[in-house]
Amino acid sequence: MILVWLIIIPFLGGLLCWQADRWGEHAPRWIALATMLFVLGISLWLWVTGDFALPTDDARPWLLEWRTDWIPRFGIEIHLAMDGLSLILVALTGFLGAFAVLCSWREIGDRVGFFHLNLLWILGGVVGVFLALDLFLFFLFWEMMLVPMYFLIALWGHSGSAGQTRIRAATRFFIYTQASGLLMLVAILALVFIHFDNSGQLSFSYDVLRQTEVPDAIAPWLMLGFFVAFAVKLPIVPLHGWLPDAHAQAPTAGSVDLAGILLKTAAYGMLRFALPLFPEESMAFAPIAMGLGLVSIVYGAVLACGQHDIKRLIAYTSISHMGFVLIAIYSGSELAIQGAVVLMVAHAFSSAGLFILSGQLYERIHTRDMRMMGGLWGRIPALPGFTLFFVAASLGMPVTANFVGEFMILFGTFQTAPVVAVIASAGLVLAAIYSLILMQRVHFGPVVRQEPLKGPDRREYAMMLSLLTLVIVLGLYPQPLLDTTAGMSGMVAELFAEGASDGLAEPIGEVR
Amino acid sequence: MLTAADLLTLLPLIIVGTTAVVVMLVIAWRRHHAATALMSGAGLLLALLVLPLASTGSPPLMQVDGLALMSGTLILISALVTVILSHHYLSGYIGPKEEFYLLLLCATAGALGLVASDHLAMLFISLELMSMPLYGMLAYSFRAERSLEAGIKYLLLSAAATAFLLFGMALIYARTGHLDLAGVAGALVGTGDAWMLGGAALMVVGLGFKLSVVPFHLWTPDVYQGGPAPATIFLATVSKLAVFVVVLRLVLAAPVFNSDWLQTLITVLALLTMLGGNLLALFQSNLKRLLGYSSIAHFGYLLVAIVVGNTLAIETTGVYLVTYLVTTLAAFGVVTLLSSPFGGEDADGLPVYRGLFWRRPYLAAVMTVSFLSLAGIPLTAGFIGKFYVIALGVADSRWWLVGGIVTGSAIGLYYYLRVMVTLYLPEPGMRRRDVSNDWGSRIGGVTLLALAVIILILGIYPAPMIDWVQGLSSVS
Repeated sequence: MILVWLIIIPFLGGLLCWQADRWGEHAPRWIALATMLFVLGISLWLWVTGDFALPTDDARPWLLEWRTDWIPRFGIEIHLAMDGLSLILVALTGFLGAFAVLCSWREIGDRVGFFHLNLLWILGGVVGVFLALDLFLFFLFWEMMLVPMYFLIALWGHSGSAGQTRIRAATRFFIYTQASGLLMLVAILALVFIHFDNSGQLSFSYDVLRQTEVPDAIAPWLMLGFFVAFAVKLPIVPLHGWLPDAHAQAPTAGSVDLAGILLKTAAYGMLRFALPLFPEESMAFAPIAMGLGLVSIVYGAVLACGQHDIKRLIAYTSISHMGFVLIAIYSGSELAIQGAVVLMVAHAFSSAGLFILSGQLYERIHTRDMRMMGGLWGRIPALPGFTLFFVAASLGMPVTANFVGEFMILFGTFQTAPVVAVIASAGLVLAAIYSLILMQRVHFGPVVRQEPLKGPDRREYAMMLSLLTLVIVLGLYPQPLLDTTAGMSGMVAELFAEGASDGLAEPIGEVR
Repeated sequence: MLTAADLLTLLPLIIVGTTAVVVMLVIAWRRHHAATALMSGAGLLLALLVLPLASTGSPPLMQVDGLALMSGTLILISALVTVILSHHYLSGYIGPKEEFYLLLLCATAGALGLVASDHLAMLFISLELMSMPLYGMLAYSFRAERSLEAGIKYLLLSAAATAFLLFGMALIYARTGHLDLAGVAGALVGTGDAWMLGGAALMVVGLGFKLSVVPFHLWTPDVYQGGPAPATIFLATVSKLAVFVVVLRLVLAAPVFNSDWLQTLITVLALLTMLGGNLLALFQSNLKRLLGYSSIAHFGYLLVAIVVGNTLAIETTGVYLVTYLVTTLAAFGVVTLLSSPFGGEDADGLPVYRGLFWRRPYLAAVMTVSFLSLAGIPLTAGFIGKFYVIALGVADSRWWLVGGIVTGSAIGLYYYLRVMVTLYLPEPGMRRRDVSNDWGSRIGGVTLLALAVIILILGIYPAPMIDWVQGLSSVS
């Protein structure tokens, strides 16, 4: 039942925020903050008390499980379950959710209650995605979180560069994700009906559908249906068109949510659904997926170098980092998948840090155009230092968590796909270049104006320091995180191994 | 001969017809707007209450099965909502108000007969009984040029469609010598020859006109825009529903409608309709036109059920129609409430709705919910409908149609979102028209809120609705 509360609390909190508008401007903020801290608290408590030893039998791979009938006509259940990976991501959602509330404390001045309604509903939907195990329920949350995100960008966004209104960006975001989501729905339904033809039983249950034997002619298409939906959200290069605009136009809280959590739902979806449902097809698809990952790494990095808008630059670096995650997921090595989890968490922290910093810069100098900046190091106390730290984290400097993640990914991938690992390493060099470009243009270089600007206040200090601490702690001692997700990564790697051996066994069978 | 059981079966139809006569007599005696509306509403409610009693008899020319009961219920509910909204809308109308209800009751009786018809003659008579009053309803505010235009346009094109329908029936009669559906089906084993196919195709064209399937859709936007809002509601809900059910009945009963050639034709029409409806709606800034195109697209999705034509298709039709009805009633209801009290043209320009949320939060919330439902976003009724249609397409391996639905939905999002975000944009001080302040306490406002809540409930917990539809669709 605790899983249900994890999902419902943000929704209720959101409604409360909406109504709290009449009690003053700060009431919704405190309510929203309390809600997210509550979610964070529950998940941390679960983490501390939970037992994440490798599951010995397949009977109970979940830490917590809750199910009840929902639409019996189609065998749809409300089936929630939590394992190490979902726990980490739910905790991350709670944490970044609280940060999203904090960083919009000053930025959002109008329609405060409605803003927090949308913010909390996004987070509620994301928690639902991380916990849902029934495919229908998963799809429902997957689509549902788009609507409040749309409103967040469309109503509170910045109208940035010329000809790019925030509504256009929000609409593009929505259509990209919704259309690809419908492809996933078609794939889910096809899977369900194939299972129905085989066994005469309608079910959307994850455990049941995993046993489905899909005809070879259709399976790759169904796998693609899932992959495209996740690839749009991750995003992978040919499908990334929505991301830079959405980031550039979104308010800071929206960017933090997008980069920190929403992109992770895609990686989670691949690990939880796309791979386990179609192991052999994914195995066959792995070279293409890794190729796309490489393209994303290089493309994202190169385009990041050419940006003028600071948030667009960070957005493109996200594409580059998610390329690493994609390679790791499809490498099929346990080490790399563990690395992907670490990188996901680390990227959530570092990109959230950078987005919050650019939001704070915007509050002070009212532009995100890097050509209008320069020489800020001497004008603002403390902020440039923090920026330097998060930039270093983003480029994968040792001691930061990002380094651990990227290192593990490259190490793990090298065993199965050495060429990919070598090329991906080149991405690290590009990462150094765009990071330094960001630092150089904003904080060093010719001074545009002289007068000093206000330093961070206590709220901003606290946010930055806690993110910084987390990145360093995770960089120095990632073991607790790795222990928590070991079961899941081991399972995925095992599936891949089986997929490979099955793939080998079949041709032999034909020869015989 | 009619037995008592037959009369009981006919009772809803008789009640609606009697109400129409009584309303007419009362109008002749003394005009009173509220009393007339109340009487019409009471008659419809009574018919709705006796409807479940009705399934025992088998009156001539009719077949009152699960499908007929289901659609009868939906028709009566929609008519009831239309009456409620009409009262609000017409209260400011200068000129006779009461006859509108008379027309509405007649059309409802026609629709009730249409969904139960088992004989081509009954089909034709009911269809005309439903369409004739609609001409009057559409042209009701005849001082407004557009309303008159809408009425006449609908009249002319509808007459042409009727001619097609009649010619098709004549061809089928000439080949089989039967007019009842069972006879037509029985006289023909196999797919039938060119004459039969031609007759069937002509009938599809005639009925497709009423459904505004794409090549025959040209009247839709003008009529939707021009007609008074309650008449448009009736056209978009009751009339479309009844015609669709009759098409489904034809396909299920007569094998000739199930031939490969005709199926291909309907598939193509369905694809054209979903894509065409959505594409044409893209850049509309008139809300009533936009909703008109959107309803075209929705019936395009629903045509998948006609192509597939099995038990799941009946269930899909039922579920989709339920979700479509509540959604459409809510969306048009907001337009109606904003348009009244009657003052010339309806409030249908998009700028009128700008910033509605900050003036009338509940009204805007109803609108948002209904548009989310039209777009098929999860947690609203529309999603359940879309889910059913896609499931039907996938289960029957109609990949072209599934692709069409996905593409159509993606395109459709654009204009639904555009309207939705308009509701929330801060307004630059323009406030031309507004509903009266106590709209929430009025019965129309309460109805709309109830509809919005129903949309959400159906989206969150659809199991009871699915059970109801499933129970009724397995009867037939």
